[in-house]
Amino acid sequence: MSDSDPIAAFRVEAGDLLDQIEQALLDLSNRLDDRGLIDAVFRGLHTLKGSGAMFGFDALATFTHHCETAFDRVRKGLFPATAELVHVILSAMDHMRALVDGDGAGLEATGDAILARLQAALPEGGATVQAPLAAAQAATADEPPATGWHLVFRLPATAMANGTNPLSLLDELRELGDCRVVALCDRLPALPDLIPTECMIGWDITLTGNVSRDAIEDVFIFVMDDMEMSLTPFAIAQEAAHAPGGIDAPSPALPGPVATPQAVAAPAAAEGAARQAPRAGESVRVPAERLDVLMDRVGELVIVQSRLSQLANSGLIGATGEVALRSISEEIERLVSEMRDTMMVLRMVPIANLFGRFRRLIHDLARDTGKAIELLTDGEATEVDKTVTEQLADPIVHLIRNACDHGLEAPDERLAAGKPVTGQVMLTAAHAGGEVLITITDDGRGINRERVRAKAEGNGLIQPGQALSDHELLQLIFAPGFSTAAQVTNLSGRGVGMDVVKRTIEGLRGTIDIASQEGKGSTFTLRIPLTLAIIEGLLVRVGTGCYVIPLAAVEECIELSADEDLRTRGRSMIRLRDALVPFLRLHDLFETGAEPDPHQKIVVISAAGERVGLVVDQIIGSHQTVIKSMSNVHRAVNSFSGATILGDGSVALILDIMQLVASGQQREARLRAVG
Amino acid sequence: MTASILTVDDSSSLRLATRIALTGAGYTVTEACDGLEGLGKAQGQKFDMIITDLNMPNMDGLSMIREIRKLPIQMGTPIIFLTTESDDAIKQEARAAGATGWLVKPFQPDQLLRIAKKVLGR
Repeated sequence: MSDSDPIAAFRVEAGDLLDQIEQALLDLSNRLDDRGLIDAVFRGLHTLKGSGAMFGFDALATFTHHCETAFDRVRKGLFPATAELVHVILSAMDHMRALVDGDGAGLEATGDAILARLQAALPEGGATVQAPLAAAQAATADEPPATGWHLVFRLPATAMANGTNPLSLLDELRELGDCRVVALCDRLPALPDLIPTECMIGWDITLTGNVSRDAIEDVFIFVMDDMEMSLTPFAIAQEAAHAPGGIDAPSPALPGPVATPQAVAAPAAAEGAARQAPRAGESVRVPAERLDVLMDRVGELVIVQSRLSQLANSGLIGATGEVALRSISEEIERLVSEMRDTMMVLRMVPIANLFGRFRRLIHDLARDTGKAIELLTDGEATEVDKTVTEQLADPIVHLIRNACDHGLEAPDERLAAGKPVTGQVMLTAAHAGGEVLITITDDGRGINRERVRAKAEGNGLIQPGQALSDHELLQLIFAPGFSTAAQVTNLSGRGVGMDVVKRTIEGLRGTIDIASQEGKGSTFTLRIPLTLAIIEGLLVRVGTGCYVIPLAAVEECIELSADEDLRTRGRSMIRLRDALVPFLRLHDLFETGAEPDPHQKIVVISAAGERVGLVVDQIIGSHQTVIKSMSNVHRAVNSFSGATILGDGSVALILDIMQLVASGQQREARLRAVG
Repeated sequence: MTASILTVDDSSSLRLATRIALTGAGYTVTEACDGLEGLGKAQGQKFDMIITDLNMPNMDGLSMIREIRKLPIQMGTPIIFLTTESDDAIKQEARAAGATGWLVKPFQPDQLLRIAKKVLGR
């Protein structure tokens, strides 16, 4: 984006800055005296103001200026950072986002209301002081031009070392009018004491022409304060001097009438909505080294291409030609696979970007509900396709709102239940095969089955008394029309039910599941396939079919010896270094009907801390696997997460590791129960 | 030979706007995104002029200016700092650190070019 529109660049940058400031503010709310954070907030606001003004975002610059001034004073120790101040600036973030995204029309009231709260949050005497932005320019009183000037000046000794070139100053003066220049050498030291970088010469200049004092002083603007200068007019061209001063620069107005706190609430909701709106022309920021790698590969590919042309034109045939061709083919294969990998990761962003946004949400929810809530996260480095990340934001926001609003109990209720006062919401992300696994867990009251049943019966979703498994009962909360107005609060009830969450997740070809224990809390598990994913797979053969096992899940491959095979016929368990690992015979599972090879192999895979062995006929080797999704017809098949096309055009199914591990564990549990 | 200018700013949009203005006027522009990177680039190559922000992460502008002034290779290189403050104390401090002059943000491209021309001479 090197030559794109600076305004677009500013918008992207301002968004990042606001995110950084917000994170620093959230950290600051926990450690109010952290100097580093205070500085970070100040610096962010300062940059935002400066760049905003540069690119014509005047409303943003003026608004941010007030926040910056407040933080500048905190930084200088004039008053401490308070929770209230941090909270007001946090709410100002949303307003700033709106000002970055639009022209600020119609948002003045919101801004004024926030500034009024800012004023209120500052201690006595801490009222924001206007920086006289325009005052400096207007400070010099105008003086009528003279017919000529007598000017004597000496630069500070350090001037040349500090980059001022006396010759260009003289040139500038000569541009103003005719000059007679006499060098003053009286202060020049003796040669041995002369320091060549120090400017010891002065100048006596007679300048003729209608030149204003301002114009001459402008030449010396950078050195004026440190230099010696006398400037006297020859004769005054007109009647002297208007009275100096008396001209008031229009200074940016203080925030208008102080708005009542109630006036703040209404626009805040509108801001929240605006903030969620997707921004047009969103770009992906790519670490430069990834682009460098891609560039290197392209460069190599060009070289190989020229080798290929050379070979094609050389007329080399027979064995020599074949060897040369094979070497080129191998080279291309290597390059293409590396390029594919690099290309893939270009779109990937750490999910930390997404998780980061929820810290603010939790902060606000805790304040609104009066509950103490702690957000824990894990697996933030997990990289997910940027598009997927964005589409996940809304569903997760909804799940977190639900967890905080319905899941977590009020502090006294938690104490009564013997729980810590602070409720926990835990967000985790992990790669599981070709999927991202995201969980949202709270340690609240869990889902009350009786109430779910009563509600579902009331809504006519099920017949009164209908027999349902626990799983089926919990699934009811995802049914359209389950959520009812009676239960909707201003937090979770935004006209969105869990059915919308489920639909959004399914739109990403993902699944959502729920586990809940009454009194202990609930866990929502989202499994989202990595779109466009290419994974490193282990290609195996079972009977006549080839299958791909995601290599990330493979722990080891071992031989299933014939006698061990016989011994384990009854219980499918194998001893692996003092641990018993259940295994599944894929021949049986897939009902191939074919006779298994005499020397079977076991691929030990693991997921979510559990291990299971898969018995296959042959391990073919590692395989770069482009994941194709299954058609709707095959959606119900849950042993496979997708399919891929092999080099010879045949199809290999990709095993769903989570499902296989789960069914392996279930089977073990069943066997335990029986035996 | 065109004059080469180093611009140091943590704001990429500002660097972009500065670069567009300066390259449009025929200057060669090198960029750095904080004081540390700016100092590194100043160690390796003589510039005709350096334009820097003051508030930056890793190394602020004032510290960078002080360090650059210790480099023989940048002897006498004009350094212009960008500031939003009309506060004289900042200017005083920056000049004491070795800055040549300043440009108050927000600025228009022609203001930037005028300063460049002024500082670089003809």
